[in-house]
Amino acid sequence: MNLVLDLDGLDALIRVLRDDGRVVVGPVLRDNAITLAELDSAADLPGGWGVEIGAGHYRVRKRDDAAVFGHSAGPQSWKRFLHPPRRVLMSSDGNEFRTAQDTAPDYAFLGVRACDLAAIAKLRQVVGGPAPFVIAAQCTEPGELCFCASMGCGPAAGPGYDVALTERIDSGGHRFLAAAGTVEGTRLLDRLPGRAATQEDITLAAQDVDAAAQRMGRAMPEVDLRDLLAANRDSAHWEAVAERCLTCGNCTMVCPTCFCVSVEDTTDLDGNAERSQRWASCFEIDFSYLHGGAVRTSGAARYRQWMTHKLGTWRDQFGTSGCVGCGRCIAWCPAGIDITEEAAALAETTQLGGE
Amino acid sequence: MPSPKTTTAAVWKFTSCDGCQLTLLDCEDELLPLTEHIRFAHFLEVTSVSEPGPYDISIVEGSVTTPEEAERIRWIREQSGVLVVVGACATSGGIQALRNFADVEEFRSIVYARPDHIATLATSTPISAHVTVDYELRGCPISKTQLLELLTALLAGREPDLPDTSVCTECKRRGLTCVLVADGTPCLGPVTHAGCGALCPAVNRGCYGCFGPMNRPNVPALVPLLRRGGMGDDQLHLVFRTFNAAAEWS
Repeated sequence: MNLVLDLDGLDALIRVLRDDGRVVVGPVLRDNAITLAELDSAADLPGGWGVEIGAGHYRVRKRDDAAVFGHSAGPQSWKRFLHPPRRVLMSSDGNEFRTAQDTAPDYAFLGVRACDLAAIAKLRQVVGGPAPFVIAAQCTEPGELCFCASMGCGPAAGPGYDVALTERIDSGGHRFLAAAGTVEGTRLLDRLPGRAATQEDITLAAQDVDAAAQRMGRAMPEVDLRDLLAANRDSAHWEAVAERCLTCGNCTMVCPTCFCVSVEDTTDLDGNAERSQRWASCFEIDFSYLHGGAVRTSGAARYRQWMTHKLGTWRDQFGTSGCVGCGRCIAWCPAGIDITEEAAALAETTQLGGE
Repeated sequence: MPSPKTTTAAVWKFTSCDGCQLTLLDCEDELLPLTEHIRFAHFLEVTSVSEPGPYDISIVEGSVTTPEEAERIRWIREQSGVLVVVGACATSGGIQALRNFADVEEFRSIVYARPDHIATLATSTPISAHVTVDYELRGCPISKTQLLELLTALLAGREPDLPDTSVCTECKRRGLTCVLVADGTPCLGPVTHAGCGALCPAVNRGCYGCFGPMNRPNVPALVPLLRRGGMGDDQLHLVFRTFNAAAEWS
């Protein structure tokens, strides 16, 4: 059954999830960006705020309406919660070793876009962990840097959500079409105040999402990306990218699927020891440190490694692409390096053998 | 387990402001536990009592700017098992390395009433320009967290965790929003050595590079972004020639 909720209905949804003991995480306006944080109520959502986004550029802006999901991917992703930036693996008090207990709360993620829903699946394929409860937000307004359609990850939310919301503001009011994707999702909707959706509600929502597919700001070249990267190991283009690349690692940190970690041991003055992991980046020189030194020191080698893994060898490793087309790596690269432009530049000079 | 207080340490000052030595005293909660493990045999900011060497660990603050200092650092190296240099002065020459780009004779004749009383070198150089250094802590001042990490590592006989990557990695792990991208604030984070924990971006300010260059920074790629943020030639010159003036930014 599909339900139509108003803002009070959305607020009830958050309340019900919280009453069930879940930690509800969703978009909030904080530090001039739409970031992710725990929600107490629908009032915490960034109602009326949108974003102006470009390569190496991000600004929040007031919208003409009160939409709460009218913004594209922000600086953070759900990775922060499923694969935290720092996590203790084990500890010792000098007498015995203890494996760290998983203390992650029972999360409900609210406002997950199709790209990020795909990212959650790709990330969990690697790092595992319990599945979060997901309330997806269908994308009706892609941003300037979005290319999920190219990557087959959106704009319609694929499988994996418990409930999907499609937001609409028109003469009929500010409302959300809520569709359940799982039995748990159906049970949740049964507890919410809303009206049954009409065929018109469903048709309008589907039209809005379909239209979004035509408005992607970016696209990947229509070639086999794995073959493209494999054919370009020795391309001179990597040096051209490296001139602009700061090798700061921001792209990997904001990427919702980049999962690499470094494991460190620390000790304190009281005889305690701790082994922990933290997000690492293939742009760090230490990342490729083998005995005797690092094997990828030039910026060209490091950028090539990242892009080749993301679009190419990820498929050999996990059977899928590592990219979902969210555009974060383009927005949050201070130098504005655009993975779609770099792929296009490689494709332009590459003759790929067809079937 | 080594018996307590068998490790001796000495803290030495060269040309500097004393701020990095103060970071050791700023440890407060950890200071007394630290003295359970380390006997500070020479630490003039704490006590005028000075024990003779050799020392297991020497912590050196400041740069070499006089002929006497150039001699003294050799003696300290001979007396020390592990030599740790702390702060922008000791690791790159500090603010006073601005003299490297000017005429010290001219300064001496203008500033002092009796220039002939002043014995000084034409340059301010890092400790590593004079002797072999085992570990470096960057920053103006250094980070207390990194100092404790280094000392606990030395006590445990493990390698300290001192990444030489960008400040951005710490900024992103901390969950901060990039001030360069989201506000247009000039920030040196993408070329600056990690270790501070992204202190300035955490209060919505751009990094000003007090930890010096990271391993292989790409400064030419950052300069146009700093210009876009409103920095002119003078400001660009200042920001790279302050705390780590003589460091190799590119």
